[in-house]
Amino acid sequence: MMTPGSEAELAEAIAGASGPLCIQGGASRGLGVEGDVLSTRGLSGIELYEPGALTLVVKSGTPVAEVEALLAAENQRLAFEPMDHRGLLGTDGEPTVGGVIAANVSGPRRIQAGAARDHLLGVRLVDGSGQAVKNGGRVMKNVTGYDLVKLMCGAHGTLGVLTEVSLKVLPKPECSGTLVWHGLGWVASLKVFCEALKSPYDVTGAGRVPQGAAGKSMTYIRVEGFEDSVKYRLTELRRLFSDLKPDELNIDAEENAQIWQSLRDAEPFHGKAGDVWRTSVKPTDMLKVTGQRDFEHVVDWGGGLIWSLVPEGEDLRQKLADVPGHATLVRACADTRARLGVFQPQPAPLAAISEGLRRQFDPRGILNPGLMG
Amino acid sequence: MDMPSPNPAILARKARLAERLRAVLPADAVIQDEAETRVYECDALTAYRCPPLLAVLPRSTQEVSAVLRICHEEGVPVVPRGAGTSLAGGALPTADCVILGVARMNEVLETDYDNRIIRVQTGRTNLSVSGAVEEEEFFYAPDPSSQLACAIAGNIAMNSGGAHCLKYGVTTNNLLGITMVMMDGTVAEIGGAHLDAGGLDLLGVICGSEGQLGVVTEATLRILRKPEGARPVLIGYDSNEVAGACVSDIIKAGVLPVAIEFMDRPCIEACEAFAKAGYPMCEALLIIEVEGSEAEIAHQLGLITEIARSHNPVELREAGDADEAARIWLGRKSAFGAMGQLNDYMCLDGTIPVSSLPFVLRRIGEMSKEFGLDVANVFHAGDGNMHPLILFDANKPGDLETCEAFGAEILKLCVEAGGCLTGEHGVGIEKRDLMLHQYSAADLEAQLKVKDVFDPKWLLNPAKVFPLSVTESRRAVALAAE
Repeated sequence: MMTPGSEAELAEAIAGASGPLCIQGGASRGLGVEGDVLSTRGLSGIELYEPGALTLVVKSGTPVAEVEALLAAENQRLAFEPMDHRGLLGTDGEPTVGGVIAANVSGPRRIQAGAARDHLLGVRLVDGSGQAVKNGGRVMKNVTGYDLVKLMCGAHGTLGVLTEVSLKVLPKPECSGTLVWHGLGWVASLKVFCEALKSPYDVTGAGRVPQGAAGKSMTYIRVEGFEDSVKYRLTELRRLFSDLKPDELNIDAEENAQIWQSLRDAEPFHGKAGDVWRTSVKPTDMLKVTGQRDFEHVVDWGGGLIWSLVPEGEDLRQKLADVPGHATLVRACADTRARLGVFQPQPAPLAAISEGLRRQFDPRGILNPGLMG
Repeated sequence: MDMPSPNPAILARKARLAERLRAVLPADAVIQDEAETRVYECDALTAYRCPPLLAVLPRSTQEVSAVLRICHEEGVPVVPRGAGTSLAGGALPTADCVILGVARMNEVLETDYDNRIIRVQTGRTNLSVSGAVEEEEFFYAPDPSSQLACAIAGNIAMNSGGAHCLKYGVTTNNLLGITMVMMDGTVAEIGGAHLDAGGLDLLGVICGSEGQLGVVTEATLRILRKPEGARPVLIGYDSNEVAGACVSDIIKAGVLPVAIEFMDRPCIEACEAFAKAGYPMCEALLIIEVEGSEAEIAHQLGLITEIARSHNPVELREAGDADEAARIWLGRKSAFGAMGQLNDYMCLDGTIPVSSLPFVLRRIGEMSKEFGLDVANVFHAGDGNMHPLILFDANKPGDLETCEAFGAEILKLCVEAGGCLTGEHGVGIEKRDLMLHQYSAADLEAQLKVKDVFDPKWLLNPAKVFPLSVTESRRAVALAAE
């Protein structure tokens, strides 16, 4: 394993590589790519944090936990609520900011605050030739040249290895409140999601888990903000659902944190046998996915994101062939991943562009080869 | 600003090209007459003009595809054009180019409130997108000040922002899917009504690529339910430093207003003389707007005014009703008109870290004396997006050049302070030659490589965004291939 301690050393390692490299942040996701491991853990540390400007610049190998603690001390947070994959994948390791950004990892608040890519202001990276490149910066509005920041976010290290990222951070709200429905079916849950998200009450979470504490499914709607405002909006939301009365109104801080962390991390599938798929669809198409009744599903993003627990080796994509969107195989054995592919194949014109971009940024094809196509 | 000299071989083929385009478009969609092509000679950066070889106004993705395929075969550069409101020269033609205008493609294709999206043809204006969903109390969030006229196509090309992006983000944060025609005529669908497009974030790199990667003909946009209400507060301070500290304290306190506008003394004076909004005469004026229900607004304004008072404002005015709210916004919204009445002006849009605001404003004041031109500043203070307006006299020989030189120095200052050349207007031709102040040659090369993939012949809007010297070899290859 190579663990360069600076961007220059990382550039040297890539330029001098003679074969495929498996790019690793905190090793909490286990990419299953063949090659010498190139770790970013030697690139760690906060470069700049200005709470009054909502700006954070960190080296890519910095642990997410360290960043979250730093922000919490100033009552701020990463608003895109990145999930922690360890429970679902049964891995150890320590999630890093670079890993979160490389995979564009975004949690329940994605529907309101945006994804990781929407909070990423700038990047430094080393491409597959060993060339260091910067793009974007540390300011919130920046249209100077092409937005390679977004291109790198979600590229899973296939276009370059991130060395530093700038992020927009946001204030942590005073209070979080959740409406909870017990045992609501899929159709009714979708109705709750749509009505809540069409309301002016600034909903920051909308999801459903198959089995909550009471043994029944739980459907959740979350709002956040100043306490009086949260109470007001929960009351107004409850009024919206005159024929679908919620069973609970929960404003306990710890319980709220638990509910949303559990949903964020697809906790109902932790330790359960089977493959786990993550499907992104138009929210109202949720029913086409949850209609696969042989599988268990955890729903987030108001119906737009579905985690499905599927018997090993089965191809969920085949069953959803007519549904616009895409399905990612998040957890499966190496054989299944190799056979089905982790990422959904793209239509020809997009596959050609993606392949062209990979060839430009990684002409030798050594950065996480084969991971994205 | 230099533009590449037109290719005589293309100029000589005008008639044949027009004929080929007429074969695939309705008769009135190909504009060849020199008096009529003049309509497209410039955008809102009116100091630079050049009529195109031809202009075409297709009505569908298929027609756009047919046009691009022909231009690709003929090796003719294409400059896409939305509504022509670019302040950066993004739609400035060259004499040997075809202007591809999307103005006739302005249909709403689908509104879907359950999924909170609208799908439109990109010639539709920004404001009319919100207009199409207003009935259901929804809106499209990015609100550039040209929103009455500017087209979604241009918004996507420039990744346009607006006054409310501190809370709602800019175009790229509200764009879910596109139909794009590549230079060779290939039609690509990217993303859709789902939140995250699959694969590499192509949508992210296309948005803001200034029409250099493809022509976006249809867009799926995120729409949002309108908040219950909104209300501004006006706060005046006797120094920029204190106003800056107040903004920083408000943000640190956990309040996230939808807009924080900042005006300096020259701007306040001009606006007051023009609009008579009753602004106090002071060094720095903040207009801060919050949203929500009545009680939520009152609570947030309570926190804001408490912080504001701790910095000893010379004036603090809350809007009691809609009239008073309108009066608070009146001066700010007429700022550009006020400047226009005083003089010709150039509007810049460099962005800086909020913390360096006092330093940057002080330096701009000093530079104003050095260059002998007045400058007024309006500023989206929450996100650091400055709008210095440099006043000059277009009829006075040399004034435009002095103004441009002054503007370039301000933008370099923004970069030195840790910011960037342009926050929402785009590079176009205006800031093209400053790119090497922000990016190294290797940084720019990485961007050029992206264009190489989407447009290998370098025919789409080729003379923009990057210094001509940097793109010369690539554009020369395109010419040699003729």
